[in-house]
Amino acid sequence: MQWDIVIGLEIHVQLATRTKIFSGSSTAFGADPNTQASAIDLAMPGTLPVPNEEAFRYAVMFGLATNAEIGRRSVFERKNYFYPDLPKGYQTTQLAEPIVGPGHVDIDLSDGSTKRIRIHHAHLEEDAGKSLHEDYHGMTGIDLNRAGTPLIEVVTEPDMSNAEEAVAFAKKLHGIVTSLGICDGDMSQGSMRFDVNISLKPKGSDTLGTRTETKNLNSFRFMEQAIAHEVERQMDILEDGGAITQETRLYNGERDESRSMRTKEEANDYRYFPCPDLLPVVIDDAFIDDARARLPELPDARKARFREQYGLNDYDAGVLSADARLAAFFEETASHGKDAKLAANWVQGEFSARLNAEEKTVADAPITGAQLGALVTRIADNTLSSSGAKKVFDALWTGESDKVDAIIEAKGLKQVSDTGALEAMVDEVLGAMPEQVAQYQGEEDPKKRKKMLGGFMGPLMKASRGQGNPKLFNEILVRRLGG
Amino acid sequence: MSISREDIEKVAVLARIKVDSEQVSVLEQDLGNILNLVDQLSAADTGSVEPLSHPLDAVQRLRPDVVTEANQREAFQAIAPATEDGLYLVPRVIE
Amino acid sequence: MHNKSVAELSRELESGRVSSVELTQQFLERIRQEDSKYNSFITVSEEQALAEARAADEMRAAGKATPWTGVPFAQKDNFCTHGVRTSCGSRMLDNFVPSYDSAVTGNFRTAGAVCLGKTNMDEFAMGSSTESSFYGPTINPWGLGSGSRRVPGGSSGGSAAAVAARLVPAATGSDTGGSIRQPAAFCGITGLKPTYGRVSRHGLVAFASSLDQAGPMARSAEDVAMMLNVMAGPDPRDSTCTEQATPDYTATLNEPLKGLKIGLPREYFSDQLSPAMEAQVHNAIREYEKLGATVREVSLPHASLAIAAYYVIAPAEASANLSRFDGVRYGYRCENPEDLMDLYTRSRAEGFGNEVKRRILVGTYALSAGYYDAYYLKAQKVRRLIQQDFINAFKDVDVLMSPVTPSPAFVQGEKSTDPVAMYLEDIFTIAANLAGIPAMSVPAGFVDGMPVGLQILGDYFSEARLLNAAHQFQQVTDWHQREPQ
Repeated sequence: MQWDIVIGLEIHVQLATRTKIFSGSSTAFGADPNTQASAIDLAMPGTLPVPNEEAFRYAVMFGLATNAEIGRRSVFERKNYFYPDLPKGYQTTQLAEPIVGPGHVDIDLSDGSTKRIRIHHAHLEEDAGKSLHEDYHGMTGIDLNRAGTPLIEVVTEPDMSNAEEAVAFAKKLHGIVTSLGICDGDMSQGSMRFDVNISLKPKGSDTLGTRTETKNLNSFRFMEQAIAHEVERQMDILEDGGAITQETRLYNGERDESRSMRTKEEANDYRYFPCPDLLPVVIDDAFIDDARARLPELPDARKARFREQYGLNDYDAGVLSADARLAAFFEETASHGKDAKLAANWVQGEFSARLNAEEKTVADAPITGAQLGALVTRIADNTLSSSGAKKVFDALWTGESDKVDAIIEAKGLKQVSDTGALEAMVDEVLGAMPEQVAQYQGEEDPKKRKKMLGGFMGPLMKASRGQGNPKLFNEILVRRLGG
Repeated sequence: MSISREDIEKVAVLARIKVDSEQVSVLEQDLGNILNLVDQLSAADTGSVEPLSHPLDAVQRLRPDVVTEANQREAFQAIAPATEDGLYLVPRVIE
Repeated sequence: MHNKSVAELSRELESGRVSSVELTQQFLERIRQEDSKYNSFITVSEEQALAEARAADEMRAAGKATPWTGVPFAQKDNFCTHGVRTSCGSRMLDNFVPSYDSAVTGNFRTAGAVCLGKTNMDEFAMGSSTESSFYGPTINPWGLGSGSRRVPGGSSGGSAAAVAARLVPAATGSDTGGSIRQPAAFCGITGLKPTYGRVSRHGLVAFASSLDQAGPMARSAEDVAMMLNVMAGPDPRDSTCTEQATPDYTATLNEPLKGLKIGLPREYFSDQLSPAMEAQVHNAIREYEKLGATVREVSLPHASLAIAAYYVIAPAEASANLSRFDGVRYGYRCENPEDLMDLYTRSRAEGFGNEVKRRILVGTYALSAGYYDAYYLKAQKVRRLIQQDFINAFKDVDVLMSPVTPSPAFVQGEKSTDPVAMYLEDIFTIAANLAGIPAMSVPAGFVDGMPVGLQILGDYFSEARLLNAAHQFQQVTDWHQREPQ
């Protein structure tokens, strides 16, 4: 049996406003528990919500950046349920009249195609507090600092058909919100959280299957894994003739396991109704124009510019333009580095790999674009070989030194690129290796010849004390050996 | 309009109010009477009428994004049933 | 002193004939001696009152006195008062001491008034008799002599009784379905429910957010106007509070009433109204005609649906507003909760009284899946029809008049076995809350020895006109000056 996978995403984006959505409490990360929880946040009797203008501004910017209709009139509703991290016993959210209507985002796929993913709507709501499951004599500790932080919840149509598309969309969205500056994009801190809705249907069928929801994924990697895991789980059940239970599941990335979140009682009836403490929010033209004027360059526009301005290919431009901070880093590198392609390679390659390995974000990088740019310049002008460049990069990264030229000097990494000197060395080494020379010249297979060239490189590097430009050595060797 | 025991028990769970069997019996009567009163609404002709959520025809004011609240944890937690290390304590929550 | 009005006490203080501290001590003493008969106070905040009185005297000495400086008053126990228990008449908040003031409390504090304590009320403002309070019922000062105990009305029964018994000259109340007007009528005092949004709800513990309104209760319209001057005004903390500036409500009390057009809704004068009550109300209206007003019949075609709509909307909003009472951050927590579910269900079952639980359950039901359209949505549509009725009526008349209650104060226990019988007490008052228009209760005579009230309803933000009409009536009648006994 062949199956179609149908995926929809719900993404919670924590807005980087200074204060909460309904109170003037700070949203700064890392404060001591409950020191940023005001009477309103604690749902003290008689307290009332007052909405944050900046949250609406950010939401409108999001709508403009995703080709969406802006909800000129939006209404807050109460979503009623009991949980200790939800002080009022209801979450103030939007349902029937959200601030952002239908929109779309286009994603680039690995086969070079583009796919449009439709956004059903995006709405504003308040975040809940945090439950700390550390054992307080068998009790759970509740911190309400986060309660009331503004969120935009983005709900897509079920337009994605595999993990690649889902992750591509998620990354694209991440790029958009970070470029807009409305979210810091730090997923380890929970700034963006993903819920994945997955169902399967027989290939080509028009009837959607029963879907499950996997909640609170906070990394692209986990999302990818969770999707694969859930698809397999559902496929196993369906192929055994079973039925999928509509439920919410939690995925554990470390163990690649999932379990149902369904509690003993019936599924929650949220009893939505318009919040009587809040009036309808009306957005006028002036507000939208102001938000539009604040829009920075968005990933799609940036990608096009990277292709034109830096001559990057589609793939490189795509990778580097997606995230605002990475893009900025790349541009700083390129402006100091004079070779855009090399800069692109280094930022996507060694730089990104090192960040990932150390679980750092671009913001935490120990080197600047200017430094990397200086390194790129020295590669481009042949001062450094690739192995030399790696050594300089290491030294910069570990903080051994902060100046590229100083490192080159100190470690004697300057390549010798003086053709004359190199030719002399080649002649010397060839002179000392007559058998190998004869072997080479007697060999007809170009592949085998190339391999044999390698045999001369060792002695040449030794002779040049590692400073010979390997590329030039290669060229000279080929010329000298002829054939 | 009457309300069944089952409905009462379901609603009591939604509202997180413990009710015993005796109370459910009393509630069957009381809530049934209230719902009878309320059923008068069904007679009203409200075909094209918009619901009225707010008596005043006004729109929401938005507040500037400026911090106005200071840390009052001590005062607020002085009246809390159970706290430790600045956290509110509740029986262990199993997700 | 205890018989003096707010206006008179203000003049006494101004003249220096009495200090705020002396006045406060006198009233505190009177409460100590008399309130055991009525149980109108839940908390008498002696220490704080004396501190406020001292501050008031200092304020006066510094030349900064306002008309309210040093004047004693009381607050219904659903107004959050910094440092003083705010219980809402419930075990759930028996131990709740807020570290903040309600907007109304803050306004009185700024004006230099002296709060003597917090008055009794139906639990969480749900009731019409002040019999559902965790702190026991309040007894109506009227009717005590006859042997049977009468209710003072509710939910602001404590405030009404305290003012009627001259324990305070003024007290705040809140009105969601008639909870200021009905007790005012039962206790023979003057009470006003302002236009929805006229007075800030910040710090007023919410019952039904789109219906609740804080308001003044005192013996005369002049005093009520002085209270409203302090209570009303814009407040950015309450999104539903209007930004419209507040006039001086005392400035227009003496405008002549000649030409005032009064409408009498025919639906409120049906056969169901007792002849005795109808007679009193018509006598009162005749006084208005003597003052130059004209009277005509009007119709509020959807009047009969008001109670049904209210008993969906109010419980529905209340069911959400009371979810925060969960034993986690403040208030009552049950002993040794076994798990989270137990913590919630037992804290709430033990913390709330029966009427509150009934309303939460009805409200939850009305909002639940499958019932939302038929109940909540339908009720909100009917609400618009009721509002439209008033808008239409006010095109032809300036004010409406009606009885406040179907009959005078009933005997304790008489209606507490059947919730619906209690609900029908609100038949004349509820529509004003649904529409959000202002309405007053003015003492208008007696039936069987118990006070009855005249209700005056006005267009949005017409409090000044209502107070003017009430004040002029009180210049030619003395019902509002009668003392219990």
